[in-house]
Amino acid sequence: MDKEINIGDTISKGDVPNDITMNSSPFSKKIKQSTRIKESLIKYFFAINGTAALIFIILIFIFLFKEGFRAFEHIQLVDFIYHNRLAEDGTSSKVFEWFPTSDEARYSLIPLILGTLLTAIPATILSTILGVGAGIYLAEIANPKAKEILKPIVELFAGIPTVVLGFLMLVVGASFFNDLLNPTNRLNAFIAALGLSFVVIPIIASLTEDALHSIPNDLRMASYGIGATKWQTISKVILPAATSGISASILLGFGRAIGETMIVLMAAGNAANITSNIFQSVRTMTATIAAEMGEVSQGSDHYFALFFIGIVLFTITFFLNLIAEVIINKMRKKNTF
Amino acid sequence: MKETKITVKNLNLFYGEKQALADISIDIYSQRVTAFIGPSGCGKSTFLRVINRMNDLIDDVRITGKIQIDGIDIYDKNLDVVNLRKRIGMVFQKSNLFPKTIYENLIFGPRINGIKDRKVLDEIAEKTLIQAALWEEVKDRLDDPALSLSGGQQQRLCIARALAVEPQIILMDEPASALDPISTAKIEELIDELKKNYTIVIVTHNMQQAARVSDYTAFFYLGRLIEYDKTSRIFTNPSNRQTEDYVTGRFG
Ligand SMILES: Nc1ncnc2c1ncn2[C@@H]1O[C@H](COP(=O)(O)OP(=O)(O)OP(=O)(O)O)[C@@H](O)[C@H]1O
Ligand SMILES: [Mg+2]
Repeated sequence: MDKEINIGDTISKGDVPNDITMNSSPFSKKIKQSTRIKESLIKYFFAINGTAALIFIILIFIFLFKEGFRAFEHIQLVDFIYHNRLAEDGTSSKVFEWFPTSDEARYSLIPLILGTLLTAIPATILSTILGVGAGIYLAEIANPKAKEILKPIVELFAGIPTVVLGFLMLVVGASFFNDLLNPTNRLNAFIAALGLSFVVIPIIASLTEDALHSIPNDLRMASYGIGATKWQTISKVILPAATSGISASILLGFGRAIGETMIVLMAAGNAANITSNIFQSVRTMTATIAAEMGEVSQGSDHYFALFFIGIVLFTITFFLNLIAEVIINKMRKKNTF
Repeated sequence: MKETKITVKNLNLFYGEKQALADISIDIYSQRVTAFIGPSGCGKSTFLRVINRMNDLIDDVRITGKIQIDGIDIYDKNLDVVNLRKRIGMVFQKSNLFPKTIYENLIFGPRINGIKDRKVLDEIAEKTLIQAALWEEVKDRLDDPALSLSGGQQQRLCIARALAVEPQIILMDEPASALDPISTAKIEELIDELKKNYTIVIVTHNMQQAARVSDYTAFFYLGRLIEYDKTSRIFTNPSNRQTEDYVTGRFG
């Protein structure tokens, strides 16, 4: 350019080549008035949205805890663990049952917590194996073409409505495994765990892939440069460097499995058994709330007890997410040198 | 007597459609330091990666021509690339130590070569650290994280790590460009020491460094090898005008 332009000069349209306008020049100090108003409107719009979201979360939080703690007006904390049953001869025994509608109401959360764990843990184990494997494949092994096809498929799984998954497990999955494994109950924790895996695998797979992508390429080059094979590079360099990210993905997946409702409601059989047999029906905390909340009379002990289950669930998933978030943040800091 | 270690004949390299190296022929000598100089983007790093076939890891790279090490065609279909890389150490511009301990970084190579005996590994670690002139500084802290070392120490540890697999050739891509003068001097001393036993190729943007450490200098420009000669000649009496402009800093 033959004409010198100083930083801060107002540039009239004629001087500027092609499509560089005054506003987009990084050196232009003067900004059009209308632009400034637009910018601040946009800023306020997002600020209001952000605050609103935060306020809603706090309101939900307050509502949940307010209702949940009203359970203690008539129920004691131990009642949520076991019920003291008095026999005719005066002796008492502990009963771990969830039976809030009975005349002798029982509120033990133990069967529900066990039911949740018996579905969520197997689902997380299975999803870890398949999800981490898929993440490694996508990030380290697949060529760009295979990746282009596979990644959307994995993401598609995450988008299937859970009611559809629940329905599939209820109808197709349950029948198939009923013939194959002859389980104690047709609908059981195992069937539910399989259904949950469809939701959890995509979470673990994509977060694992992210974790692996955040490993600097320098480390791969270092490893190959020394003469490591692809597999040695993945197993001895990449995976150890990504441990925290992968653990976080597993925690988040576990949190999702615990919080998932529709699949377990439809496929787990919904009997509040105390069992470690994965082929027996169980009932989870989420399914209990979903199934009973619609019929319970508002303001009853049962109603508040359901809210208390909500608190327990909320607390568990909150801490799982919190830990995962902390790990992920640490990982980000570590990998930006 | 100088022996030829690496022979390159009519090498062309393409990234997709784009040609990055054009018709390069060069003999690189054993137990000598060869410096690659040239303006940014002229293909020095690319050429370095040709020698240990690191370009294989980049999609869509096409190479024609002949590259031999000790008379063996390294682009032969039957050649074991992993084995080739074990014989060629590489040191990068930015230290790329693993987020592990100093010791674990050192024995990474020997271990993937199947050495399990702790005593042997200890010996290798000590030997290579001494070679890399780092032993005195780190002998008491081998189990500290490698990333806790200073930048210069990290770079020397990278060199030690490369030496641990007993390569014959060491490729260095601007190994001292991110270091202070003292650390740079240490690296240069080290190169001087290592050349007794190794063939060393070093890419550098620092003309004084090229003049100080190398025996031969190759000047690249726009993917071509413009001039290759004894370093003393390149810097005092180059035969090509472009070379002269570049080494005297008159290059546009
Ligand atoms: N992975 C790649 N894919 C496509 N083009 C590449 C790739 N790596 C390098 N190039 C191109 O090849 C040419 C040579 O690059 P190279 O990195 O070898 O240059 P260089 O001489 O090492 O430069 P510098 O001194 O800046 O390190 C450049 O034009 C660069 O853009
Ligand atoms: Mg380079």
